[in-house]
Amino acid sequence: MERTPAHPEVTMAKALNDGLRRALERDAKTLLFGQDIGRLGGVFRVTDGLQKDFGEHRVIDAPLAESGIVGTAIGLAMRGYRPVVEMQFDGFVYPAFDQIVSQVAKIHRRSEGRVIMPITIRIPYGGGIGAVEHHSESPEAYFAHTAGLRVLTPSDPQAAYVTIQQAIASNDPVVYFEPKRRYWDKGSVDRTIDPLDLREVADPWRARILRTGSDVTIACYGPMVRTCLEAATASGDVSIEVIDLQSLSPLDFDTIAGSVERTGRLVVVHEASRTAGIGAEVAAVISERCFLSLEAPVTRVTGYDVPYPPSRLEDHYLPDLDRVLDSVDKVMAY
Amino acid sequence: MDESGRNGSAVQLLTPEGERVTHPTYDISLTDHELRGLYRDMALVRRLDAEATALQRQGELGLWASCLGQEAAQVGSAHAMGTSDFAFPTYREHGVTWVRGVPALDILAMLRGVTNGGWDPNAHRCSLSTIVIGNQALHAVGYAMGITFDGADAAAIAYFGDGATAQGDVNESFVLATVFNAPVVFFCQNNQWAISQPRERQSRIPIFERAAGFGFPGVQVDGNDVLAVMAVTRAALARARGGEGPTLIEAYTYRMAAHTTSDDPTRYRMASELEVWRLRDPIERLKVFLARQGIADRHFFDSIDDEGDLLADEIRVGVRSMPEPPAEAMFDNVYCEPHPLLEGQRASVIDYLASFVDPVGR
Ligand SMILES: Cc1ncc(C[n+]2csc(CCOP(=O)(O)OP(=O)(O)O)c2C)c(N)n1
Ligand SMILES: [Mg+2]
Repeated sequence: MERTPAHPEVTMAKALNDGLRRALERDAKTLLFGQDIGRLGGVFRVTDGLQKDFGEHRVIDAPLAESGIVGTAIGLAMRGYRPVVEMQFDGFVYPAFDQIVSQVAKIHRRSEGRVIMPITIRIPYGGGIGAVEHHSESPEAYFAHTAGLRVLTPSDPQAAYVTIQQAIASNDPVVYFEPKRRYWDKGSVDRTIDPLDLREVADPWRARILRTGSDVTIACYGPMVRTCLEAATASGDVSIEVIDLQSLSPLDFDTIAGSVERTGRLVVVHEASRTAGIGAEVAAVISERCFLSLEAPVTRVTGYDVPYPPSRLEDHYLPDLDRVLDSVDKVMAY
Repeated sequence: MDESGRNGSAVQLLTPEGERVTHPTYDISLTDHELRGLYRDMALVRRLDAEATALQRQGELGLWASCLGQEAAQVGSAHAMGTSDFAFPTYREHGVTWVRGVPALDILAMLRGVTNGGWDPNAHRCSLSTIVIGNQALHAVGYAMGITFDGADAAAIAYFGDGATAQGDVNESFVLATVFNAPVVFFCQNNQWAISQPRERQSRIPIFERAAGFGFPGVQVDGNDVLAVMAVTRAALARARGGEGPTLIEAYTYRMAAHTTSDDPTRYRMASELEVWRLRDPIERLKVFLARQGIADRHFFDSIDDEGDLLADEIRVGVRSMPEPPAEAMFDNVYCEPHPLLEGQRASVIDYLASFVDPVGR
């Protein structure tokens, strides 16, 4: 029996690799810069083979100095380059925090629009991989809190393939959070589309409704999207709409509000700790905008306000299907 | 200087063939008992390392960063410390923590994933291992500044790798140490690799030469020669305690294993390198020396092997039976003062877990 060949199934790591490859092909000014990204291909192999194909001047192994990497990326950007830098793990971006927050985020504004910072800062983030300290953090709120930065996070291989190219093409700096525990999840990826043509692909700064439902809206992103889709499937009689926020700065409140006006209930889910997190912002804005549509208070399912715990405790820290459904039950019973 | 950044003047007191040689500046005189003690610690640390690697393979540890090949650098430098000195290790310094008296199972607890610490830094005068590259170099300098302010007779020693020398924190620690004339020793184990990056990616000159630019002495030592390492570190610590300020020691050595158990070094380095370094093995050369001098005999070496077997048993059994922390342990010690928000979260976790108990099946 003949079947139309679907698009090939690839891992998110491979989809990112393909996306980076296309970005390097598209624009000779695009550079990759980071620790162990060349011959090793990155500790997660996301840049595998790119140095071999594009050379050591386009895919550059950096010294062990995160502030140095981002600081020099700023100079490269001023010189007309489009640097894509890799922070090896979430917990190692902090030495570069000053350069990101004080400089990358502000130079366009300070130069009154004369200097652009088209820098993409790739950060594998999140837990669930049994790692040691500093390798499982979710620091996205720090960056979403900083004016001048855009923050993106893909949740599946197709989104990764498209949004990494959109992030690189953006003239604004983008902090690009890659959900490391989903690196090896597979999904079909259509590589025939042009990610930079908004007639072919969705606007990266809009949230995506991945599953429609009528009782509860779940807003989530990155690694939690799969968890929430599984929860929606397992939810029995309750009809759940799942929204992948994807862009954490700017947040697409229109899509969330449109959904909540239909369902009347909102649960926000993220791995990051709770206080002053993305969920707090979503809850505040949706409470304001959808006050009269809400049947229950907006609820958050998040990591706790503790340092990311040692790996033997991480299953208690990370929101899982049960915790998501527990909150769904609560907003339904309210 | 050869290509790999080695200066011919690296201090050596014991050749790879186990021959005792002299050096114009550095010497050390140790009792037979002390010499055997160095051997014992290096051999046991190697055994601990091998057991931990095996346990990781069996899924009992989340990760292991091996110190294979670096035993002389670690054990030798730690033996140079006095009890009032304070060590600031990285994730690879199992030989240092061992010599500071941290029990084997406490060294493994963090890698088992039951804690993010493992021991009492004050009890062992050895800080917790630092994973974020370079951070601890500044802590050592601050600790050393405190020693000066207190007028105490002690020093701090900061451990870090060749890769770390690129990091801002390490360079800032050099500045602060020299400006405040802090009693600190910077002990850099140049094991030639920072994951896949060779030493040349971090420094264009031999690492010990960096110190001159900051205004304090740097010395390169054969990092696989435990006697030379101990002699050089002793001198640097004495200098620090004597008010003469910091020293940078570059222990020239080699990371014989993968970066960690997650790493695949065949992707970036030649197996032939390993062959060269195997001939410079730090334990073998001390063994040859001890045997040849009649300081230790077969009986002694066998007894250390037996002790290693016991240690390995203790580790295998102990790791598997390490108590699992309860879920609420994640809320412990986040703050010293009471914190209502966290107490609320702790209570909610306890309630939530209790809700899973099936009342019918009781
Ligand atoms: C700030 C920071 N960036 C990146 C890492 C990831 N990382 C862990 S070990 C390592 C290489 C360290 O090399 P080196 O300093 O030579 O020490 P070695 O591992 O060889 O002992 C890197 C890049 C980290 N731990 N901290
Ligand atoms: Mg190294």
